[in-house]
Amino acid sequence: MSNASNGTSEPRTFEKTRTSETVLQRITALRAPRLLLGLELALLLLAIAVGVAAVVIIDLTIQGKVTTTLLPTGALFIAALLALHFTIRRIAPDADPLIMPIAAFLNVIGVAMIYRLDLAKGLSGWGADSVRQLVWSAVAVVAAIVVLALIRNHIVLFRYTYLTGLAAVLLLLLPMLPGIGATINGARVWIRIGESFSFQPGEIAKILLAIFFAGYLVRNRDSLAMVGKKLLGIRFPRGRDLGPLLVFWLAAMSVLVFQRDLGTSLLYFGLFLSMLYIATGRIGWIILGVGLFLVGGLAASQTLEYVNRRFVNWLDPFADPFNASHQMVQGLFGMANGGMTGTGLGQGYPEDTPLAQSDYIIPSLGEELGLIGLFVILAAYLLLVGRGLRIGFAGQDDFGKLLASGLAFTIALQVFIVVGGVTRLIPLTGLTAPFLAAGGSSLVSNWIIIALLILLSNSVRNRPKLVIRA
Amino acid sequence: MNKQLKFTTRVVFTMFIALFFSVTMIQFVNADELRANELNSRTVKNSYKVERGSILVDGDPIAYSTPTDDSFSFVRQYDPGSIYAPITGYFSHSQGVTGLESAMNLELSGSGNAQFFTRIMNTLNGVAPQGSSVQTTINPKAQEAAVAAMAEEGFTGAVVAIEPKTGRILALASSPTFDPNLLSSNNNADIIANYAQLDKDPEQPLQNRAIAGDLYHPGSVYKLLVAAAAIEDGEATPTTEFANPAQLTLPQSTSVMQNASRTTCGTGAKATLEQAIVMSCNIPIAELAMKMDRGAVPEMARAFGFEQELTVPLAVTPSVSPLPEDQAQTALSSIGQLDVRVTPLQIAMVSAGIANGGTVMKPTVVDQVITPDLRVETQVSPVELSKPISKKTADAVTGMMEKGVTEGLAAKSAIEGVRVAGKTGTAENGTDAAGNDLPFTLWYTGFAPVDDPKIAVAVVVEDGGGEAYGYLGGSYDLPTAVGKRVMEAVLSE
Repeated sequence: MSNASNGTSEPRTFEKTRTSETVLQRITALRAPRLLLGLELALLLLAIAVGVAAVVIIDLTIQGKVTTTLLPTGALFIAALLALHFTIRRIAPDADPLIMPIAAFLNVIGVAMIYRLDLAKGLSGWGADSVRQLVWSAVAVVAAIVVLALIRNHIVLFRYTYLTGLAAVLLLLLPMLPGIGATINGARVWIRIGESFSFQPGEIAKILLAIFFAGYLVRNRDSLAMVGKKLLGIRFPRGRDLGPLLVFWLAAMSVLVFQRDLGTSLLYFGLFLSMLYIATGRIGWIILGVGLFLVGGLAASQTLEYVNRRFVNWLDPFADPFNASHQMVQGLFGMANGGMTGTGLGQGYPEDTPLAQSDYIIPSLGEELGLIGLFVILAAYLLLVGRGLRIGFAGQDDFGKLLASGLAFTIALQVFIVVGGVTRLIPLTGLTAPFLAAGGSSLVSNWIIIALLILLSNSVRNRPKLVIRA
Repeated sequence: MNKQLKFTTRVVFTMFIALFFSVTMIQFVNADELRANELNSRTVKNSYKVERGSILVDGDPIAYSTPTDDSFSFVRQYDPGSIYAPITGYFSHSQGVTGLESAMNLELSGSGNAQFFTRIMNTLNGVAPQGSSVQTTINPKAQEAAVAAMAEEGFTGAVVAIEPKTGRILALASSPTFDPNLLSSNNNADIIANYAQLDKDPEQPLQNRAIAGDLYHPGSVYKLLVAAAAIEDGEATPTTEFANPAQLTLPQSTSVMQNASRTTCGTGAKATLEQAIVMSCNIPIAELAMKMDRGAVPEMARAFGFEQELTVPLAVTPSVSPLPEDQAQTALSSIGQLDVRVTPLQIAMVSAGIANGGTVMKPTVVDQVITPDLRVETQVSPVELSKPISKKTADAVTGMMEKGVTEGLAAKSAIEGVRVAGKTGTAENGTDAAGNDLPFTLWYTGFAPVDDPKIAVAVVVEDGGGEAYGYLGGSYDLPTAVGKRVMEAVLSE
């Protein structure tokens, strides 16, 4: 139409059409990155609005007036989020528009609940968990920006497979070093520098391990799946194929068992098994792995005192409601108090539950936002995981596919372990809900995962464009 | 790789479905149960925040909340407090919650599932939350008569009255009583001091003797169950005759059983079952029980509600009637001694069951739950608890009980112009460490009118007779007069 109307008499040739910039623009426009990023911005602003509204409601309910406690750090976080959005526009314009706003939504909901608990405990200033959480959130989002800017293309990570694996194990070992290692709540998974700065290196190690698994498995998947002796109907890989993987993984596991961190060991185990399965398609190994884990877990529950206690609490939380299972029982009471619609923000008693702001933030939210609120939160997680798995489906290179689905599965598994633990679906193991719970290291690692997923999704969606432009 | 991803996606979905399921189980399915858990401090805290519903007797509030300026927002008041204390219990900030205040807390504080939509509407409309009111089945005249009769004589004990056809509890009195206002103020120091004083009181006013106090030996009122079991099983009729000695040596034992009169039962060479009930003789009843299977009487007791967990919805201590191990124990158990122990409510249920043609209705003290906008949220309808005996057996036992009033020991419960059925009981409580006889427990149970029973009553007077009182004023006198007064209060309406 446009050609006809602009009055040129030149005949249209196939050659010309193929290279025509107009057509290229049209095809590019079809993928509509601008529209998608507009959607991302709109959703991000909505998430921020939800957070601000929640804080205002909490202020009005508990203090009867709107305060400015969270204003400086909150503004910092919002600025960081917007900066991330504009970084995505520059570096990954074709990225999935849902991933970042969902993470932001969960993050602000978590901050609001932590703020509400601070008010109940009378914490303020830098001693308040919510203020620290906001600072950490800003740091985490900046870390995501740095990851985006530094890596740009995820294929870079494929090059450093073994280095990342080594780095993961070294990070895991850090807390064992005297001087900087610290034991908090019975688990030695922290490093502490000075009085106020503490960090869980295992959180970062989780991502590095996922990168290592993805790289190693993509390189060796064929020999892993095809070569090897058959035993009991399951073909087992040769030692030299599986060996390095097992070495890294066993090192990670033994460190964690040593550090008494049940939740994280469970998480790493799940990560390892799921990626092994996705790469090789060998279901027999998974059944074997899960079986071994159940046997090991049962044995640990019989022999190790701290594992046994969790097991007993899981089976019967009302056996010792004032001591061993005090937290569990209080969490259940809190959720029951919330019921379907919740008590409303600021009107329940989540502060009655120990660690309500970290391990038990899900029951805290359940109490004040109700079953409906928890459904929304779980749906947000499911959507986030779904977008991650979708990158896995649509990805063009095996490394990217494996990494995206591994990272997405980690989030899903972590949510399952946390929510399943507090609702007595499985024994409680002490992990924190991604983005929601108070804790800097977890925020940083999860926002880095978001950055990686954004990069991966960008590479999936911009491929047709690159092909056309070439 | 996509095949594996598809499976992984399914696994992820399954995991999330399990999570949706488990949070629903806690927050929707089990929420009420968790809220009602006695360890749940959140439920108590919640009930401070709302204007708690009232407890009503015949439409008038006897427990209600009035607003205050302090941090509790409301204070709980009881008027008249002491008369209804065994029913209402108390609602205290530092000493817990008892009675209906505890048993109906979800309704009174408006946090039960039934009030779910009311809560949502209130939240949307900005209406301050308010609990529902609980209408009791108590008849104020019966309750007042029961409390007054016990208090005037200074008796320690309890009175329970039931409407036989419905199981509605008309009176539930425990003596001595206390004023729940002492434990429900908003001053914790006062409450703690008052509680300590009530708790130390040797007369134990906090004890709910009607349903939850120490259990009592039923003495002769238990003979109603022996007679019911024997007639139901065809072992005897009211005219069946028994040997009539003045003393009975129990088998394989040196113990000797006597009748209360210390003589034979009546003047004849033989005594009938009816005579034994009317004159409350021990020996014929023991002979009858030993003739029967030793499990027969305990089984009949269980059919009437013994050994069962019961809530009305106040928790009732189960009455016990263990299986006797030999003939001597069978004989002693049959006259309500040895290990047989009962609550006054249980004895009232026995009378009510007989009055109701052999059908025991589940007793209840709650009639309706009424929302703040005066809608009936719950209406408690009569529920059959058991049918231990046939109408024929019930009529036979009723006949003997009526004769007990017209010409026997229960004569003091006779009401002019009304056919009354009654049975007295005197339970020995053994001897103290020094070998002196302990005071007796005195009983009366009965119902009226015989042709259309409106009320069944059980009265117990602790330490009411025996040596301490010079053996004056036995069961045929003191508790029987109380029972008559309570029945009259209802029948004169």
